[in-house]
Amino acid sequence: MPDILPPDCVGLVKPQSHKFTTPLALDCGRTLPNYEMVYETYGRLNKNHSNAVLICHALSSDHHAAGYYSMQDKKPGWWETCIGPGKPIDTNRFFVVSPNNLGGCKGSTGPNTINPETNKPYGPDFPIVTVRDWVKSQARLGDVLGISQWAALVGGSLGGMQALQWAIDYPKHLRYCVVIAAAPKLTAQNIAFNEVARQAILSDPEFHAGHYYQHDTLPHRGLMLARMLGHITYLSEAAMRKKFGRELREGKINFGFDVEFQVESYLRHQGTSFVDRFDANTYLLMTKALDYFDPASDYNNNLSAALASVLAKFLVISFTSDWRFSPARSREIVKALLDNKKQVTYAEIKAHEGHDAFLMPIPKLLQTFRAYMQQIEI
Amino acid sequence: MKLRTDLALISEWIVEGSEVLDLGCGDGTLLAHLRETRSVTGYGLEIDDENIILCIQACVNVIHTDLNQGLSDFSDDSFDYVVMTEALQSIHRPDLLLLEMLRVGRQGIVTFPNFLHWRARFSLFFAGVMPISRALPNEWYNTENIHLCSLHDFEKLCHRLDIEVLQRTVVDTTHHTNWLNKLMPNLFGEIALYRLRSKPVKRIYQRKKK
Repeated sequence: MPDILPPDCVGLVKPQSHKFTTPLALDCGRTLPNYEMVYETYGRLNKNHSNAVLICHALSSDHHAAGYYSMQDKKPGWWETCIGPGKPIDTNRFFVVSPNNLGGCKGSTGPNTINPETNKPYGPDFPIVTVRDWVKSQARLGDVLGISQWAALVGGSLGGMQALQWAIDYPKHLRYCVVIAAAPKLTAQNIAFNEVARQAILSDPEFHAGHYYQHDTLPHRGLMLARMLGHITYLSEAAMRKKFGRELREGKINFGFDVEFQVESYLRHQGTSFVDRFDANTYLLMTKALDYFDPASDYNNNLSAALASVLAKFLVISFTSDWRFSPARSREIVKALLDNKKQVTYAEIKAHEGHDAFLMPIPKLLQTFRAYMQQIEI
Repeated sequence: MKLRTDLALISEWIVEGSEVLDLGCGDGTLLAHLRETRSVTGYGLEIDDENIILCIQACVNVIHTDLNQGLSDFSDDSFDYVVMTEALQSIHRPDLLLLEMLRVGRQGIVTFPNFLHWRARFSLFFAGVMPISRALPNEWYNTENIHLCSLHDFEKLCHRLDIEVLQRTVVDTTHHTNWLNKLMPNLFGEIALYRLRSKPVKRIYQRKKK
């Protein structure tokens, strides 16, 4: 945390929450009778309610997208690079809403919250939620906040998929749609990575079929492994080489299995710190939502048909070194929009940071994104 | 801001309300101009990220594209015009891209610097060096212009590809026409503008190999 908040930071923020009592029918056939959604807002809603931007978060993030909770915080929100006064999502102009998705573990109803029917945490009994379910729940949050039409829907990775789903499901309720480092569906390779991550969690003896809360334990090792694997896929080979090379922690090899290379140390650190802040059941749910996402499947596997009725103008951004959701995947979205002669701009940003590039302060990303957001009339 | 004269000339060729694809659209000037003056819709294709930002600022839809990869994201006859201003000479295979342009567009509009303009001939013939001019400002080793041609060369290629020239204008680097470049365009024209379409025969039959 800096001693003084920089002028382009939204400052100290406080999450809010809303309890929904109207049941939410889910894609899986089950219904959430009532649920709570936690969210943060930055900036001010204007008189016409025409300046609202909804941020959709990715696999392991949450509603805390910008600012700090206290002056003691070590880190700001996950998209501090892009949200704030004068930043691409300029909080001097826009009213930004950032919810935590259902099934999450940071306050919105999910596996680690109490199931009113049993008075115990939902755990593995929490229904599997889909991107479409999230979009539906976010639309209800918009109703609560008095936003009938979002100026823009914005998301990276899994967040970009939600933005895309929004444009399909609620075409009249958004004017712009910003889809960054996303894909219209996962490839077999992507599902494979998710499956290995899930198996790491499911096969941890401390997992207890998802009921680890009752056993007062956590599937540490499984969740850590899942995160380590994820991190490898979020970085590019070049980024890892640049960051770690073959650097040794102690300057020499020790002929053992303890941490020796810096990259091992980094991955273990990422893994262990993740266990402290994330819930294994949520991780399982989020990876499933990713795997299931495929809006074209309702349209004979024709993405162009799926996007035929969208009204929003699109900005699609990809990163050259992203191999998890490569530029070719973003181009599939672009092509489907072009097939329908929709308004779309596509930028492929040169970056060596891999999939994680969307979270990084990459000048070309910030410039492109800022230029686009600036031309949105509010 | 005054529009570059070649762009102004092209604009006059484009029918009101058309759909236009602009290859190598730069900062989006042409598309923005066509949108405002002729209610044209469409997209620009561009590879330079600075230009992409300028297009966004001009509210022009722009798609990051390497033209050397062709136009496979676009279906047949999906635009009224496919335009390419002063980019033909920097493409790896201009012949293939020309065919792509006329596959995607009902008409194509192409402009390029005439390599056999008299000043260029002069520097080749007397000075024995590759010509440098306002239309061709770079040295041979750092130029992006790898496929320079004359008007005759271009028209020969069009003939080979069964492309019909619907209209031709030749201007100097200040983008004006005069009696000299009207009379002897291959010698006096510095920049050539062509409006093209595929000959009907090509649309029905494959060209026979000689």
